[in-house]
Amino acid sequence: MNLPLIVFFFFALLAVAGAVMLILAREPVHSALSLILVMAALATLYLLLGAEFIAAVQMIVYAGAVMVLFVFVIMLLNMGLEERTNFSKFAYLGVVGGFVLLLEIGHWLFHSPAAAAVVNGAEPVKAFSTVELSKLLFRSYLFPFEATSILILIAILGALALARKEE
Amino acid sequence: MTVPVSYYLVLSAILFGLGVVAFVFKRNVITVFMSVELMLNAVNLAFVAFARAYNQFDGLVFVFFVIVVAAAEAAVGLAIVIMMRRNRESLNVERVNLLKF
Repeated sequence: MNLPLIVFFFFALLAVAGAVMLILAREPVHSALSLILVMAALATLYLLLGAEFIAAVQMIVYAGAVMVLFVFVIMLLNMGLEERTNFSKFAYLGVVGGFVLLLEIGHWLFHSPAAAAVVNGAEPVKAFSTVELSKLLFRSYLFPFEATSILILIAILGALALARKEE
Repeated sequence: MTVPVSYYLVLSAILFGLGVVAFVFKRNVITVFMSVELMLNAVNLAFVAFARAYNQFDGLVFVFFVIVVAAAEAAVGLAIVIMMRRNRESLNVERVNLLKF
């Protein structure tokens, strides 16, 4: 066993455990905390892949801002235990569909010749440079980047309009 | 010696599957939202893994956009949840069935 592999398996197990906890927890706050665990584990995996900027953004924006918003709303609405009601029959159909999807991806990964290049494509990790990333973002992807600022503006206005108390 | 990219893809698929299961089985609106975030995270991991496999930066730019859209979605979605609590007194998705046929 080499060190990157050990680190990968540790944080992969942590992420999967967090996702399972999200499903099993009955308190919404516990679900939120386990989701933060998943996000922190994924940030470490991004570091392992050499994507330093994405790892930082993951921790600051996702685990920081978005999840704080979730926890704040859970606190604000004073939620108790999740009540259990009867499942729709179609819910089980969704689980079957999910497993078929998993099997399909696994089959593609280990049997398709096109996947072989991807599977064996891992070179020794050299970090993606943030300078190159920002050049791409502000040149080739300049228009989508500007469009996201309008998207954020609309989201803020929408959230304000929705949450405002009617007089 | 590095970790094969396929391991990351398998982990991404597992997390996405767990996200789908959570989306279908959770009853609370907020946890349903959180399972959507989990699925988005799984997709992000696949994007970064493919960016590494082909040594291209475009995957990372896409991850950036996915994070922005997720943040916007969380802001609007949580405002809707607050409205729901104010008007319906329940956050169970089974009880919000005005549009149900």
